[in-house]
Amino acid sequence: MSQRPDAVVIGAGIVGAACAEALARAGRRVLILDASFAGGGTTAAGMGHLVAMDDSPAQLALTAYSTQLWTALVSELPSNVEYDACGTLWVAEDEEQMDAVREKQRTYADSGIDAETLSPAQLAEAEPHLRPGLAGALRVPGDAVIYPPNAALALVQRAVEKGAQLREGIRVDAIGPREVLAGSERISCDCVINAGGAQAPALTPGLPIVPRKGHLVITDRYPGFCRHQLVELGYLASAHTMTTESVAFNVQPRATGQLLIGSSRELVGWDASINRAIVRKMLDRALDFMPGLALTSAIRSWTGFRPATPDTLPLIGAWEEVPGLWIAAGHEGLGITTSLGTGQLIADLIVGQQPAIDPTPFAPARVLSTAGVH
Amino acid sequence: MTSRIVQFPITVVVDGERVQVPNGITVAAVLFNLGITAVRQSVSGQPRGPVCGMGVCFECRVTIDSRPHQRACLTAVADGMHIRTASHS
Repeated sequence: MSQRPDAVVIGAGIVGAACAEALARAGRRVLILDASFAGGGTTAAGMGHLVAMDDSPAQLALTAYSTQLWTALVSELPSNVEYDACGTLWVAEDEEQMDAVREKQRTYADSGIDAETLSPAQLAEAEPHLRPGLAGALRVPGDAVIYPPNAALALVQRAVEKGAQLREGIRVDAIGPREVLAGSERISCDCVINAGGAQAPALTPGLPIVPRKGHLVITDRYPGFCRHQLVELGYLASAHTMTTESVAFNVQPRATGQLLIGSSRELVGWDASINRAIVRKMLDRALDFMPGLALTSAIRSWTGFRPATPDTLPLIGAWEEVPGLWIAAGHEGLGITTSLGTGQLIADLIVGQQPAIDPTPFAPARVLSTAGVH
Repeated sequence: MTSRIVQFPITVVVDGERVQVPNGITVAAVLFNLGITAVRQSVSGQPRGPVCGMGVCFECRVTIDSRPHQRACLTAVADGMHIRTASHS
């Protein structure tokens, strides 16, 4: 980039890519920096579930807004993004959970999100490999799945087509007032967006983001084994309470016919090794819901690090302590979904447009007043 | 002139066709004898067949008795076994 950039985005994961795309679309000259390569970090480790999530009104607003943006964008994405409008089934084990399903349906309806309850018979017909005796489910037809690393690359490509530049393999050492230091380079700009995910605190001390490790297992190809993204209703409790260790039933059909099996959550720092004990627990949970998985071959498992915040909401907005610095990080397990909403929020805030949803709950300033929570 | 008629003891069904085979051979050997070398398709639709013959390369996977992705080279024939390859579909 021969000209001085208006905005430097640090981190070409899906959140950084979405910020870069939205800023480039708003006419800003954008430079994207990544220490490794675009879409290769947490973005590549996740499932790629585009999901409306209702653990808080703010989370529901951001996920609903983001899934709308994905739906609007899908026709312009390359086929290797593997967008599949498979919908989500929130599976209930008993009548108590069915009460929660009905409440969830009301909550979604209030936000304009279509959802229908399935009886046990309807659930068995929709997903014959689920075990008999389940109480029912909530079907959310607007949810979808994508292949996240290719989605990040597609967003970067769209930004580049609007004049952005991507530089990979360049590690940022420090963020200063309206500047970025990387090795011997000093890049000045109007604003910096720290989209470093779980690594964001390394450049912005004080950000309460910790790596929350997860495992995934992928099987060989079994086309038609399941049709929806399947999640147990208890997933919210696993995902959105900061216990040191939890697993939940979460299975996703991929375009290849493969099945992704999750999910686990651990707070163990940056240890990326496979924890066989928790993989066993995770698979036991999956087998409990889908006994037929026992006859499939798992071909690979891996780990990744979700950027987790104490209140489970991402940090999106200005970081007042450093002039010109904006934060777009801390999306935990929802970053693929909420990347588009985050990018649009950041761009709207930077160019001074009214955002489509209230940005207040995501303001990073909230953590300055609760120092020490992590 | 006499003709030798060998009656093999095992009957398997390969892609819908009944075949008599010797006891103790592998499914991969059966498929080779039938001239089926492309036993499955890759994700992108390319034909694939046995390479290593010892269970390592996973290229010889076929559906055996309704279970997909079984390694033909590691599976011994059994009477009544149903084998389905990609050349069938």
